[in-house]
Amino acid sequence: MPTMYSSAFASPKIVQHLNLRSNEKPLFDPSKSAPPTSFFGSTHEFCLSKTTTLSSQHRRSAVVAAAEAVKLRKSNSSASPSNLLITKEEGLELYEDMVLGRVFEDMCAQMYYRGKMFGFVHLYNGQEAVSTGFIKLLKKEDSVVSTYRDHVHALSKGVPARSVMSELFGKATGCCRGQGGSMHMFDKEHNLLGGFAFIGEGIPVATGAAFTSKYRREVLNENCDDVTVAFFGDGTCNNGQFYECLNMAALWKLPIIFVVENNLWAIGMSHLRATSDPVIWKKGPAFGMPGVHVDGMDVLKVREVAKEAIGRARRGEGPTLVECETYRFRGHSLADPDELRDPGEKAHYSSRDPIIALKKYLTENNLASEADLKAIEKKIDEVVEEAVEFADGSPTPPRSQLLENVFADPKGFGIGPDGKYRCEDPKFTEGTAQV
Amino acid sequence: MLRILRRKSLPVSMTVREALNSALDEEMAADPTVFLMGEEVGEYQGAYKISKGLLDKYGPRRVVDTPITEAGFTGLGCGAAYYGLKPIVEFMTFNFSMQAIDHIINSAAKTYYMSGGQISVPIVFRGPNGAAAGVGAQHSQASYWQEFPFVITFPSYATQCYAAWYGSCPGVKVLSPYSSEDARGLLKAAIRDPDPVVFLENELLYGESFPVSEAALDANFCLPVGKANIEREGQDVTITAFSKMVGYALKAADILEKEGINAEVINLRSIRPLDRATINNSVRKTNRLVTVEEGFPQHGVCAEISASVNEDSFDYLDAPIERITGADVPMPYAVNLEKMALPQVEDIVRAAKRACYGYVPK
Repeated sequence: MPTMYSSAFASPKIVQHLNLRSNEKPLFDPSKSAPPTSFFGSTHEFCLSKTTTLSSQHRRSAVVAAAEAVKLRKSNSSASPSNLLITKEEGLELYEDMVLGRVFEDMCAQMYYRGKMFGFVHLYNGQEAVSTGFIKLLKKEDSVVSTYRDHVHALSKGVPARSVMSELFGKATGCCRGQGGSMHMFDKEHNLLGGFAFIGEGIPVATGAAFTSKYRREVLNENCDDVTVAFFGDGTCNNGQFYECLNMAALWKLPIIFVVENNLWAIGMSHLRATSDPVIWKKGPAFGMPGVHVDGMDVLKVREVAKEAIGRARRGEGPTLVECETYRFRGHSLADPDELRDPGEKAHYSSRDPIIALKKYLTENNLASEADLKAIEKKIDEVVEEAVEFADGSPTPPRSQLLENVFADPKGFGIGPDGKYRCEDPKFTEGTAQV
Repeated sequence: MLRILRRKSLPVSMTVREALNSALDEEMAADPTVFLMGEEVGEYQGAYKISKGLLDKYGPRRVVDTPITEAGFTGLGCGAAYYGLKPIVEFMTFNFSMQAIDHIINSAAKTYYMSGGQISVPIVFRGPNGAAAGVGAQHSQASYWQEFPFVITFPSYATQCYAAWYGSCPGVKVLSPYSSEDARGLLKAAIRDPDPVVFLENELLYGESFPVSEAALDANFCLPVGKANIEREGQDVTITAFSKMVGYALKAADILEKEGINAEVINLRSIRPLDRATINNSVRKTNRLVTVEEGFPQHGVCAEISASVNEDSFDYLDAPIERITGADVPMPYAVNLEKMALPQVEDIVRAAKRACYGYVPK
C-alpha cells in the first residue's frame, strides 16, 4: 500500500495525519468511518462507536514522509517562538477571520428569523478552520470556487462583510447587486468565482480557472502562477463531475487544490450511507494526485497542509485532493430541522470548536493575551453590526435593473468587424434585440 | 486548408466546412486567448473535420483533445471564460450537450446576470445540430463519403434540434448558419462576442458548397447577431427558416414561383435574439406566413415566431400562420419513416399554398 502513495508524489512532502502537538491526544476521531458491514444500519450506531479500525487502517497505509517543518515541531511540545507554526500576527489574523465567519453566520441566522433574509441560506458554523486555513494563504489573484455554503469563503477571500450582507438582503449594494443571493456570491475583484447551487457544479468551473492559469503561463507567456481552490462537500464526492475533474486536473497538471469539507452529512444523508468507500482522500491517488486527510477542526493543521498543497500547485506540480474532516454545527440550511443527527455527535464536535481551539493555542503559547482576543471579538461584532445597518439602509434594486446584465453586449447585436459593439455604430439602425 | 475554387469572373465558392475551418483559423490567429476544445478536435482533425489542420498550426495547448466528459469539460470551459480566456467548446453533436446543459445554462448563460454584471462569459458552444446523416444520405453527401470514409453516425433517438431548447433561455445567444458566408460571419461574430453563444451547425450542410462574396473572405468579416437575412424577396407569402430548412424553403419558393406564388424566404440566422422586426415587416408586406423548422413542434421556434407575429402584426394577417416542423416523435430509423418525420420541400409548398388560399395575384 505505501508504494501506491510514494509513486504519486514527486517529492514526498505531503503529510497525512499530522499530529502537531504531541502533548495532546490526536484530534482525528477514528469513529468516523465504521467498517462496511454496518452501512445499512442506523447512523446513530456509527457516531458513537469508538472503534479504532480506521485509525489503524490509516497507520497501515500511512504516507511515506512528513513535511520538514512538522518533523521538527513534533519533537518539541514547548512554546519557544521559533518552534511555533505561526507568528503572533498570523495567529491574530486567523483568529479574526474565523471569528468574523462565526459572528457573521450567527447574524445571518438572526436576520433570517427576523425576515430580513430569505430564500435558501446555508451556514458555515463549525467549518471556519477550513476556510481560514486555506484562503488566508492565497493571493488576491488566486481564485476560490465554492458551493451554496459560500458566505464565509467570500469573507475570507476579502469580500467586505457589508457587501455580502447586502447581497443576502437582496439590496442593490450587494456584491452581485442583489441578483445572485446567498448561493451565488461572485466577486471579480477578489476572484471569488461563485457560489454554485448545484453540488459539483463549481468543480469544473474551478478546473477551468486553473486551466486558464496554466494557459496564461504557457501559451500567452504571462507570469502567472495563480492557483485555484475548489471547496465542496462529502456529498459531491459521489458526483460524476468530481471524478471528471480529478481526471482532467491530474492529466493536465492543473494548479488546483480540491478541498473536500467532509462534514459527514449531506442534508440528512449520512456520508456513510451514501458512499461505497467513504474514505475520500484515497480517491486522489486513484487519479494520480496526492490525497491528504487532515483534521478540519484545527486551523493550524489545515494551514500546514494547505501550504504544501498550494506550494505544489504554484510550482506546477499539479493538483492535490485534501479531505478535511469537519462538522457543521447548524443544520444544512436554515430551513433544515436537523433531526437526524445524533446529539452526542454534535456535542462531540462542539467540544472541538476550531475558534476555541485556536484561542487556547494562542494563549497557552503566549502569542496573544485574552485582552487581544477580546478586542478582536469586539471589533468583529462592530463590523458585523455595521454591515447589517448598511444592508438595512441600502436601497432595493430599481425596476430597471430587472432587464440589465442579461448580456454583456448592450443590445445583443454582437461585435462588428472593427472590434466595437455594432450598436455603437450610428449606421447600424433598427433593432429589436432588447427585451 | 482553404480550398477556394477561383475562376476569373465567377464568385468564390466555399463549403460550409471550409468556411468554419477558416473562421476558426483566423480567429485563433488573431487572438491568442481563443482556444478550441472538444472530443477528437485535435489529432483526429475533428469528428467532422471542421478543425482540420488546427492542431498542427496551434499546438495541443490551444487545440485540446478532451476525454469523454462533457459535463466536466464544458464546466472547465466556463471557468476558463470567467477567468479571461475565450474557449470554443465543440460538442460532437448537440445531443451530447445535454450532458453539459447544466453548465451551458447555469454556469454560462446565467452568470453575467447573477454576478450583477461582473463576470462575463465569452464562450462559444458549437457543433452539429438536428438530424444527422442517416442511411438516406443526400446528394451533397456523396463527396463527403468519398473524402472522409470514417463517418460518425448516431442512433436515431440521438438526433434532435436544440434551437428551441437554448433559444428559450435568457443570457445565451443562439446562432444557426445556413450558407458558407453565414457560417464564416456568424462564427467569427460568436467568437468575438462577450456573451455565451450556442452555435448550431448542421452536419448535412458541412459538405455543401456556396458562393461567397469578396467581403466575406476578409479576416475581419463578421455578421451581426440578432439580424435575419432575406434570402429571396417576394410579395405573396413569407417563409421563415433556419439552417438546413433554408435550402428547402428556397427550393419550395422556386416551385411556388412556377405556380404564380412569389415567396419571400427569410433565413433567421439568429434564434436568440430573434429578429422580430424583419419577420414582422415581411409579414406586413406579404400578409401570409409559413414558418419552418426541423425540431419538435411543441414549444418550438415556429411557435415563438407565430406568437410574435400574432402579437405584433395580427391585423396584417390574411390567413392563419402555418407551421411546418419535425414530427412529434423521436426520430425513427427506417428511411421512409425518417423522411416522414422531417419537413420536406413538398410540405413547405403545400403549406404555402394553404396560406395563399383565396389569394389573388397582384
